Amino acid sequence: MLRVLEGELVSYRRTWRGSVISTFLNPVLFLSAMGLGLGSLVDRGDQLGPVPYLAFYASGLLAAQAMQTGVGDAAYPVMAGIKWLKTYHAALATPLTIRDLVFGHATFILLRVTLASVAFAIIASLFGAFGLGAGLAAVPVALLCGLAYALPVMAYTGMLERDTALAGLFRFGLVPMFLLSGTFFPIDQLPAVLQALARAVPLWHAIELVRAITLAVPTTWPWWAHVGFLVACGLVGGFLATWSFRRRLIA
Amino acid sequence: MGSEVRPVSAWSPADAGDERESLVVARGLTKRFDGFTAVNGIAFDVSAGEVFGFLGPNGAGKTSTMRMVAAVSPVTEGSLRVLDRDPASDGAGIRAQLGVVPQENNLDEELSVADNLYVYGRYFGMRRSQVRDRIPDLLEFAQLTDRGDDKVTVLSGGMKRRLVIARALINTPSMVLLDEPTTGLDPQARHLVWDRLRELTRQGVTLLLTTHYMDEAEQLCDRLVVMSDGGIVAEGSPRQLIAEYAGREVLEVRFLPGDRDAVLTGLDGVGSRQEVLSDRAIIYGEDAEQLTTAVSRRGVEAASVLVRRASLEDVFLRLTGRGLIE
Repeated sequence: MLRVLEGELVSYRRTWRGSVISTFLNPVLFLSAMGLGLGSLVDRGDQLGPVPYLAFYASGLLAAQAMQTGVGDAAYPVMAGIKWLKTYHAALATPLTIRDLVFGHATFILLRVTLASVAFAIIASLFGAFGLGAGLAAVPVALLCGLAYALPVMAYTGMLERDTALAGLFRFGLVPMFLLSGTFFPIDQLPAVLQALARAVPLWHAIELVRAITLAVPTTWPWWAHVGFLVACGLVGGFLATWSFRRRLIA
Repeated sequence: MGSEVRPVSAWSPADAGDERESLVVARGLTKRFDGFTAVNGIAFDVSAGEVFGFLGPNGAGKTSTMRMVAAVSPVTEGSLRVLDRDPASDGAGIRAQLGVVPQENNLDEELSVADNLYVYGRYFGMRRSQVRDRIPDLLEFAQLTDRGDDKVTVLSGGMKRRLVIARALINTPSMVLLDEPTTGLDPQARHLVWDRLRELTRQGVTLLLTTHYMDEAEQLCDRLVVMSDGGIVAEGSPRQLIAEYAGREVLEVRFLPGDRDAVLTGLDGVGSRQEVLSDRAIIYGEDAEQLTTAVSRRGVEAASVLVRRASLEDVFLRLTGRGLIE
């Protein structure tokens, strides 16, 4: 597993520069536009009680960014390993196993989520959204969120013949979750059906936990239930990803 | 490289498997996918130090067989032992000692040439220093010494192929499996690959390869099996197979579509055996000159006549009634 991780890091050493820009630039842009710009209007309405919109929004975005990294890294790079470059086939001709591939890649994704989340915590603290300590304390939640997305998406990608379905996943899965699971506004603003849907995806649970840490507000469910939901998604996803990779790569 | 490897010598059926250690032993080996039988109960032995080939057209079951031997595809039925181990229970142990050159170059295009070798060596659990020490030798073997820092994307097809072969050697395997080693390469690149493979056999490495090129099989293989529709239809050295199934020399008589019946009547009884294709008759015999004389004496209205030596293509045609490359 660690050998797979090392291989990915050798590759990342060449490509990290490209990802740094999005890691730093995106949070700055989003926090400026939505947190500061839109937030100044929202705060006049005084709808979120004593919580400034910037802090509310930044907390949601911390989790949403982990989701995006988790889904992104579990989609196209996995398709490349299975189909485009077939590097997974090459790896499986060595003593490595399916589990090494799945959990080696998941570990690499964890590392990427860690880097992105720590960077985000620093930037958010510079914006004054919340203290650096609180932001860093929420990073483990971001990791859980990343895994809760990455492993099921790896399972899904492993079952696809063509990559067009991945574009659909982003358009009809990722974007609605990003918009409707509590990143931008509390989900109780939504109709009941959409609220129920929001509660059924990992992002909402991760955001509840992040806000409990960064804003010291109570969670909707007991904290362990939110953690349990994320862990369950990761475990089921890990199981399915192993099954899906095995079915695809070892015939 | 291998410790108990003897020099390659001509194979004869009498001493097969007795004298030399068998690296692969397959009996009744079968592979089925969802009801489709890709490999149908085949038996073969591969001895240490030899170059063993699977010759057959696409879809004959060669790749499926190779993947089972490589311990990446489970055996459906029958028994298979590779390097004296059971692929079902000790796949990782087998893969640790094999080199695998797959049909497609599954290199990491994002990485440099040297990093491809490095990462692969680490997959085998080699120490970092050990891998780094080995890379220059492998680059030299692949004739890529000055390309180590280049990205894989910029390499030519032949270079990529040689890199895949070098990558398969990173763990100093005692046996290397090559699936269609030169398919898609131009003639010059093919000869370079063949040259590298011969170098490996000189070093005592056992090679197991699949090909649908008869010239490749004749050039490289000490011994081969001819596969068709998931089964083995013949086995022996290229020379034995040609002698047994095709004879020594061949006369190809091409005819125009309208002359077919007349030509075939005229050729009746010439040679030891005949195969009739859509545009030509292939006549087998020991002496082409005799065949030519016989044909011209009968006044056959042929479009053209060609004399050549019998090849594995003829063996395949005889055994299956079909050509190797359709």
